[in-house]
Amino acid sequence: MDLAFFGVQLLNGLQYGLLLFLIASGLTLIFGIMGIINLAHGAMYMIGAYLVYDLTLRLGNFWVAILVAVPIAIALGLIIERLFLDTLYKRDHLYQVLLTFGLILVLNEAQRIIWGGDVHSVPVPAPFDASLQLTDNLQYSVYRLFVMGVCLALAAAIYWVIRHTRLGIIIRAGAVNRDMVEGLGINVRTLFTLIFSAGVALTAFAGMIAAPLSSVAPGMGDSILITCFVVVVIGGIGSIKGAFWGAILIGMAETFGSVLIPSLASMVIYLIMAAVLLVKPRGLFA
Amino acid sequence: MTAAQQVTTPLIDARNIHTYYGESHVLHGVDLVLMPGETLSLLGRNGMGKTTTLKSILGFVPPREGQVAIKGIPVAKRRPWQLIRQGIGYVPEGRGIFPGISVREHLTMAARSNDRGETLWTLERVLDTFPRLGQRINHDGSFLSGGEQQMLSIGRALTTNPDLIILDEATEGLAPLIRDEIWKIIRNIQASGIASIIVDKNIDNLLDVADRHLLLVKGRVVYSGDSHGLKADPSILDTHLGVA
Repeated sequence: MDLAFFGVQLLNGLQYGLLLFLIASGLTLIFGIMGIINLAHGAMYMIGAYLVYDLTLRLGNFWVAILVAVPIAIALGLIIERLFLDTLYKRDHLYQVLLTFGLILVLNEAQRIIWGGDVHSVPVPAPFDASLQLTDNLQYSVYRLFVMGVCLALAAAIYWVIRHTRLGIIIRAGAVNRDMVEGLGINVRTLFTLIFSAGVALTAFAGMIAAPLSSVAPGMGDSILITCFVVVVIGGIGSIKGAFWGAILIGMAETFGSVLIPSLASMVIYLIMAAVLLVKPRGLFA
Repeated sequence: MTAAQQVTTPLIDARNIHTYYGESHVLHGVDLVLMPGETLSLLGRNGMGKTTTLKSILGFVPPREGQVAIKGIPVAKRRPWQLIRQGIGYVPEGRGIFPGISVREHLTMAARSNDRGETLWTLERVLDTFPRLGQRINHDGSFLSGGEQQMLSIGRALTTNPDLIILDEATEGLAPLIRDEIWKIIRNIQASGIASIIVDKNIDNLLDVADRHLLLVKGRVVYSGDSHGLKADPSILDTHLGVA
């Protein structure tokens, strides 16, 4: 592997990892604070990608499509949380798994009814439809760099909210002891709605900005869901910091794994998870 | 509500509450009335229903029968946070300190004015009351000693500017010197006009601090009265608590 190729893979791994972080951050907050195992989280990623595909066709502009799609994703999160999850908080995880698995089927079917079974693509939007000459023999997609920048900016914003605002303190406290947070006179119910909607919006947004990088296809959220659960477990359930470093680690491992040891590529992330759990059973930052 | 009504309306008016854990009937018709500024102790051996009484009033374990009113307003089917927002500061058994959250964050996360818009307990006043917390303001709350954690839990409750503070096992597991400090703080809180319900095993201090006492045995109130009554008839404490 020459240096240029290594550099490209490094950037690809970083970009993939940062995208994973957007999805995993919502997943870890929903699981860590609300105690909800949201199997439909990956389906939201797919819905985000399809929304931006559809709206780009209708509105003729990727950026306007994103501006319209994000509020739709937030509304979808609100509706799901209020209509379906509200009754399940006190119940066993099995009920949540059944419900959110059912939501996967419903959302996948809705996707087929609305957009069909074909694979679509979303063109890379201007002004990022170009390549940047990083070295003499290394070019890199400007849009990929843009995606990295957006993900890093969002990661910084999430970190700031979690570490430096009262809402962040409450979220961190809620991840440890929900009842005590309520015992301080804080409306945990509204906090749950906010977190779920934000989590859904983040993963849908990840699907939106990832759409020009890959095809928009039925079931595209299913595989990424599994990867994100691995990220959450490695980082520590409920930890945003853990989700970030877990996502970077898995992003790199999956990217380099598929290049260096293709025959074991599908196993690499699980081997890493097993190794981390052996050393730190609650994850790296729990 | 007028000022006169505020004084004559009980902060807590719980009547005939029956509470269950599953099929287990834990509270059998407990009555508890607390007036503004009053200090009430809940006495009883372990497992007699003291914490359950508090949790029933706060809505964490809602009673199946009976009525609870806070400041004259019935609170059936309300969530605990809504009840606590009516002016209750809660210091739970075990202290409820969050790992990973600093002392400063504990003292700001729930800070608010009371329902009259007054902010009598600011962060500065809490730190003046608990100088130890000021020295450890940026430390993780879970790294504090047991006494400091109890001070933090009380300080956090005070930042909500409550009319009533509920202390469940106020000095449990603390060293004697720290216990004395906590009792001194409780007296200061009492002197500031905040009502309190205190659960603790230190009978002498409770007899000294509390205006009234409820003695619970197997989920029933077997004694309700002031310290004079308990001191005048030592057999009550001897029979039900094994102390005289």
